[in-house]
Amino acid sequence: MRESRERNSRLASRSVQAVFLIVLVVLWYLATTRWGVSSILLPNPVLVVQQLWDILKSGEFLGDLRVTLTELGIAFAISATTGVTIGYLISRSHYRIRVFEPLFAGIYSVPIILFLPLYVLFFGLGPASKIALGATISFFPITLNTIAGFGYVDRILVVAARSMGASDVQLFRYVLLPAALPIILTGMRMGFTVALLSIIGSETIASLAGLGHRIVHLAEGMEMPRMFAYIAFVVVIALILNTIVSALEARGKRHV
Amino acid sequence: MTGETAIRIKNVSHHFGEESDARHVLALRDTSLDIARGELLCLIGPSGCGKSTLLNVIGGLLAPTTGTVEVFGKKVAGPMPRDIAFVFQENALFPWNTVFENVNLGMVFQGVPRAEREARARRSLEAVGLKDFAQHYPGQLSGGMRQRAALARALSLETGILLMDEPFGALDEQTRMILGEDLSVLLSRTDKTIVFVTHSLGEATFLADRVAVFSARPGTIKQIIPVDEPHPRNPDFVTSEKFTAIRNQLYGLLHDEIRKTMAETGVPAGAEHAP
Repeated sequence: MRESRERNSRLASRSVQAVFLIVLVVLWYLATTRWGVSSILLPNPVLVVQQLWDILKSGEFLGDLRVTLTELGIAFAISATTGVTIGYLISRSHYRIRVFEPLFAGIYSVPIILFLPLYVLFFGLGPASKIALGATISFFPITLNTIAGFGYVDRILVVAARSMGASDVQLFRYVLLPAALPIILTGMRMGFTVALLSIIGSETIASLAGLGHRIVHLAEGMEMPRMFAYIAFVVVIALILNTIVSALEARGKRHV
Repeated sequence: MTGETAIRIKNVSHHFGEESDARHVLALRDTSLDIARGELLCLIGPSGCGKSTLLNVIGGLLAPTTGTVEVFGKKVAGPMPRDIAFVFQENALFPWNTVFENVNLGMVFQGVPRAEREARARRSLEAVGLKDFAQHYPGQLSGGMRQRAALARALSLETGILLMDEPFGALDEQTRMILGEDLSVLLSRTDKTIVFVTHSLGEATFLADRVAVFSARPGTIKQIIPVDEPHPRNPDFVTSEKFTAIRNQLYGLLHDEIRKTMAETGVPAGAEHAP
């Protein structure tokens, strides 16, 4: 009974969201066909869809997609391993938590993308600077959540395990890890999202390849319908990636 | 009671913090006590009198500042999972494990061979009346059922000694009474030695073979009151004159100590659950 009501309300909010998006596209269409908005600023959505179809059919996007996804994958692998390791090491002492948690939280609130010129100087215009920037930015939420996960495990659970004779390894495997994992997974999801944002963002600023690079390239060539098509493509890719990561997060939480 | 000593507490004191520290607290003062095998001893006293501290010292979770504790002739220097099991006040179950997994995990920690675990887990869950809830998670159970599960976990360890730190402290009065009755029945079938910390005079009187009454902080045992009544005790015992007399005696002993504690801290006994 309650479940079906929940399902109904979810369905209702989904339809409101769909209607909202449809209205947005209709307004877009009217703006370009009836209200005389310049096609240089806003191309006709029909043209955009044609361009998108062309991009998908020709497979032209594959090279840039591969570059961006590779950068993202490497950056996230670096930040996840270093973030979880360093976070765990910090969480093992109250002193280290007191020193590093506010420090990292402070750095996390700085817009690190400001350092992109520096990264480009150090690592060049190629993928290396994107990887380094993405890894740096996503390191902080992952580390902070790992500290929170391991550092604030309910003490009574640790005492109970010890009283029953748990070894250090057992304590980690059966108490600390399951207690911390949901929080760490949330940190990883947040880290993944900011890595994606910062990598595509930095590609639009200074790069040789990648989806962000492609969009700016088209903008400079005034190929507006195709640029919009690429933007739509990136939005869909980002949605798919975030959905996958959220699903993995939920799955990981269910199994602890 | 067989007369054999299970737990020997000799001149145990404990203070928290360094002597020079402003927050230095003498929690337990020169306490000595022998607890016989098979005995159920209740520790009762005002808040902060050191009864939970003493329990943790017995269990090896706290090292005493001075004095020693021996369990079955062995000096306690840390947790002794083969001899001592704990039931804590609340929420010491692992929330990500089912009731069955919680019980099983305790035995994994203790080192019970895999082949024995399942049968022992089933037995102890049945003993506390939770066999139909083995696959539930702690969050799906009431407070009383969670404490039954915690008790099952402790029973499955088959230790000679059970230390219970206000295990029913967070439960309502009715649930508490039922659990107390069940505990009395359950324990009459074993020869476990039990030390049970409580705030409740009725609970102490109902369960204990002896009640050790603590003085206000810095606490030590002020007096020991025997309750000479065989286990299992049935609900009629609560309405007997003997029960009332012992309960009143305990109240008389505690009354002054609680006044002392209140004058000192402004907090009535029972309002805080400091360990």
